[in-house]
Amino acid sequence: MQNGASNVLNQFRQGDVDAFEALFHQHQRSVYGWILRVVRNASTAEELTVETFWRIYQAHARFEPAMGFKGWARRIATHVALDWLRTKRAEIELTPEMLAEVASPAGADPAVTAEIRAKTALAFGRLPTKLRIAATLAVIEEQPQKLVAEALGITVAAVKLRVFRALRLLRNDLEKQGIKP
Amino acid sequence: MNEQDEDQMKKLLREALPPVENDDGPERDLWPAMLRRLDEKPAESARTGFNWAWFDGALAAGLVAVVLSFPASIPLLLYYL
Repeated sequence: MQNGASNVLNQFRQGDVDAFEALFHQHQRSVYGWILRVVRNASTAEELTVETFWRIYQAHARFEPAMGFKGWARRIATHVALDWLRTKRAEIELTPEMLAEVASPAGADPAVTAEIRAKTALAFGRLPTKLRIAATLAVIEEQPQKLVAEALGITVAAVKLRVFRALRLLRNDLEKQGIKP
Repeated sequence: MNEQDEDQMKKLLREALPPVENDDGPERDLWPAMLRRLDEKPAESARTGFNWAWFDGALAAGLVAVVLSFPASIPLLLYYL
């Protein structure tokens, strides 16, 4: 079994499409899930999953089987999602749809109104993408910091710093709007 | 911002943007879309490659023209290469 998996990885490294297909089917769900955590939209996540595997296939010769496929794929997926976040224009106004979407999440603090939640979401969308992606994965999705660090290609200390900066900027933004978190 | 403020901000953020429930994976198998992408890209790259080859040719011709007109510029060009 171990030899079979290793064989597939070696064949993929040679550019074998069948090996690529096997890896695609094995990992598409986890890659999709990771991207969805960042972009928060199913159809965009599907599109970016295909883009991720396209980049993976293009980079097959640089793949090191000893390093494992999953972490490598996650790193590429993170960069694809980051590129997408950079191109996406941040929402600047509250819409009724947005208020309805954040109206009453399960277990929400009753003191925090839908408007505050929506303004928080908007302010979060205005943060620099590098800070936003770190906070999304580490705070909202509660992914282990080590995993986030590997996916972003930075150290755990840098993840902590980015999360701290993201929260501080978010707090400042909300305070400017008269919201005291 | 102290630790308590940080925790409050984290809580507010999670309420504003709840974690994604994504255990189901994509709604459809994405392999057919992947195959289409694999088929599309070589053709697209080929078209792009042609444009770049044309552009590279024009650039090279311009460079030759400059060198022939101003031979004194050769050391300067070599310096920047």
